Amino acid sequence: MAKYSLKINGKTQQVDVDPSTPMLWVLRDHLNMPGTKFGCGMAMCGACTVHLDGNAIRSCSLPVSAVGKGAITTIEGLSADASHPVQKAWLEHDVAQCGYCQSGQIMSASALLKSNPNPTDEEIDAYMSGNICRCGTYLRIKEAIKAAAKK
Amino acid sequence: MKNIDNKMQLKKTPPSGAGGLVSRRSFLRSSALAGGGMMLSFSWFSEVKAAEKVTELNIIEQWSELAAYIKITPDNIIKILVPNPEFGQNVMTSLPMMVAEELDCDWKNVVVEMGTHDNVKYGPQFTGGSNSVRMYWKPLRNAGAAARQMLIEAAAQTWGVSASEITTKAGTLSHSSGKTAKYGEMAAKAATLTIPKDIKLKAPKDFSIVRNSKKNTEGVKVVSGKPLFGIDYKVDGMLIAMIQHPPAFGMKLKSFDATAAKKMPGIKDIFSFKLYDDGFEQAGFDTRTFNEMIAVVGNSTWEVMNARKKINAQWEAAGDVKDTMMGRGGKTEKVVPGRLETTSQQMEMMAEYAKKPAQQLRKDGDPEAAFKNAAQVIERTYNAPFLAHNTMEPMNFFAHVQEDKAVVAGPLQAPGWVEPTLAKLLNLTPDKIEIQMTRMGGGFGRRAYGSYVYEAARISQKLKAPVKLIYTREDDMTYGIYRPMYTATYRAALDANKNLIGFHVKGGGIPENPVHANRFPAGAVDNYLAEGWEIPSNITIGAFRAPRSNFNAAAEQSFLDEVAEAMGKDPIDFRLDLLKRAKENPVGKNNDYDASRYIGVLELLKEKSGWGKPENAGKKRGVAAYFCHASYAGHVVDMVMRDGQPYVESVTSVVDCGVVVNPDAARNMVQGAVVDGIGQSFYGALTHKDGAAEQSNFHNYRMIRHNEAPKKIDVHFVENDIDPTGLGEPPFPPVFGAVANALFKTTGQRYYNQPFTTEQPKNRS
Repeated sequence: MAKYSLKINGKTQQVDVDPSTPMLWVLRDHLNMPGTKFGCGMAMCGACTVHLDGNAIRSCSLPVSAVGKGAITTIEGLSADASHPVQKAWLEHDVAQCGYCQSGQIMSASALLKSNPNPTDEEIDAYMSGNICRCGTYLRIKEAIKAAAKK
Repeated sequence: MKNIDNKMQLKKTPPSGAGGLVSRRSFLRSSALAGGGMMLSFSWFSEVKAAEKVTELNIIEQWSELAAYIKITPDNIIKILVPNPEFGQNVMTSLPMMVAEELDCDWKNVVVEMGTHDNVKYGPQFTGGSNSVRMYWKPLRNAGAAARQMLIEAAAQTWGVSASEITTKAGTLSHSSGKTAKYGEMAAKAATLTIPKDIKLKAPKDFSIVRNSKKNTEGVKVVSGKPLFGIDYKVDGMLIAMIQHPPAFGMKLKSFDATAAKKMPGIKDIFSFKLYDDGFEQAGFDTRTFNEMIAVVGNSTWEVMNARKKINAQWEAAGDVKDTMMGRGGKTEKVVPGRLETTSQQMEMMAEYAKKPAQQLRKDGDPEAAFKNAAQVIERTYNAPFLAHNTMEPMNFFAHVQEDKAVVAGPLQAPGWVEPTLAKLLNLTPDKIEIQMTRMGGGFGRRAYGSYVYEAARISQKLKAPVKLIYTREDDMTYGIYRPMYTATYRAALDANKNLIGFHVKGGGIPENPVHANRFPAGAVDNYLAEGWEIPSNITIGAFRAPRSNFNAAAEQSFLDEVAEAMGKDPIDFRLDLLKRAKENPVGKNNDYDASRYIGVLELLKEKSGWGKPENAGKKRGVAAYFCHASYAGHVVDMVMRDGQPYVESVTSVVDCGVVVNPDAARNMVQGAVVDGIGQSFYGALTHKDGAAEQSNFHNYRMIRHNEAPKKIDVHFVENDIDPTGLGEPPFPPVFGAVANALFKTTGQRYYNQPFTTEQPKNRS
């Protein structure tokens, strides 16, 4: 076990966990932040996507010991009231079916738009293909990303 | 054979203990709320008489406990509880829309909550079989309409006017004298009135909420990561559990040593447990993939995962296992064979069985003579593998079993089926078991099988502590409840003038026969034969989005395409000709489908896709249509070669599911079914080696991704006033056939074996 001081959603949080513990489980089990989802545990589905210093990363494969001073943003910290342009676009396009993958999709999409404010369809495909949606809402996700890009 | 479709029919009789058949009106119960307001309870099977006035005053804390169904507060908030669990089919929006429509309230004032589990009060509460909207279509509208009529009566009495002079609009009562009141103002009085005997429902032309798209009522919670799902469920002192199951179907636990694992940090206990006791009588949807497993329980998920790796377990062949099943026909014994299956051997075994005599399922005319006299016989065989459901939220469940009661919570499609088994396993009466229904991160049929609930309960029972069982993706994918493995051989007999004079389908699978004998083209061909066979297996299977149909549509719709080609006919016109025959002069009885609705879908599909139009002449298109879950769906798929791979670029979809309650969400569902169908037909496969699943996670089980989804999916609904029929499943099966037929146009090769991307096509004459 080791103590870590983590910067999450603008707040500093302390945890005492095994250094190999993935950030996913630190968030879900130790910090009571279940918005970040468990899907595969091997960075193949994107359900656990969070931002580390603004970049989308798969938290299931990021040990807490590797976070260091990096700032983590989770779905809970993207906005206080679902007002981030990507969240608003998701609501406007009524994207979700089961909704389980959507926090990961939204975190990937918001990181994409930060680095590329006006992505082409191909760039969206390339960036988002790490996020699986089992319900098949891909078309609406793309529409929502393009709508959010215009905001 | 598990005939899933039939089991998903609405129960016609109340569950035992709920008394005999009840009058149609007795499902409603009205009571007053503390502080004023009205509560209309929904008691599907209760024996409350229509005329009986319920005067009890409920305190706020009792609302959900008493299954309050519609609640109107003095400040005009209308709370609607949803009876069925949500797994993405959007019942948290569509079912309240049906209530609100007849209540004639303002949708903006509606608050939606998941209901409690009580099959006696609410009915089946089953999510599956594309049943949610159709089974609640009348009861929920009746509830809304009854409440509206009582509010009108309350206003009539208050104002001293005739009820017939009062109108409602968007939650406001109005009288020609100029008097108006919000529903909330009349709710307390309305609650004391007798529930009307004569409930009048709106005509579809008067709908103002139904048929008008409403946003997902849980949308904000979804996009902000609120704890909605079973895996998010948490209580103080809750432990995390995982299971180590045998590495292969047909294996069982021999012994294990957990000394090292138990010393790992955060671990509370490691023990083996039996799912069912010996001789346990399993109900229809109980499954027994592995009866003895090792449970690892600890403080946190990562600690439990790591400790599980340190268990030193020995496994051995289970041999044949005898299961006792309690079905509708009473008690039966089933021998589950012990062989360790490998996919190549499964294929060989299926080919061998396909040649043996099979069970005749339907026969019209003289098919033997038709094939004997045929000028040309076309015969094709289609194969499809096991599929894993791969819900994004892996199986998980919370359980807290105590001496005299149990609380379980999590993602489950059929709580009502789980409850009786849980009661038997825990030696409790069903009323001592509380099942809380969370939002599900996908279901697709997988969560109709509750063995993971029993596992969680067993573990909690042993530890006398609240426990959440979590499957890893690997557990989820290698543990079964797969879509079965299927094969079918189709034969068509053509006479010298290229008329279809005979049709024969013979299908089978491991462990289930896929054939729907009474579906199209049964009824359209004079000489028809359907046969089926099954191979028992220890690989556990279950419903997978449109069970059996998802294979039949692929095979049959590909075959019809090839027959049309041999006959020199356009594939849509060929189907229309057959359907017109079935409509005007049907062959045989018991044809499952309504040929007129089938025709309607194909004609609209032809129009919307511009089928046969000169501007589409260069397109590589495939068409298919299918009937299941009382609805009709068809697709035209436009395919191109992209980077040397076939790619579905755009799709036109047409569905006839009767009244479409929430059109935009319905379009979303159809688009999702199309994407799912393309993905499964191109990539989906779960194979075995010596009983072990060869795929374990998304690195070797390929799922369709963003870049593989079509650019465009145009969805059209046939407009009619027919009571809603299914929607979640019907658009899925025909995707497979349309993709196969487009592949032929694109590559010049026919594809017979799923998944198509791994088939090595062979030219056939």
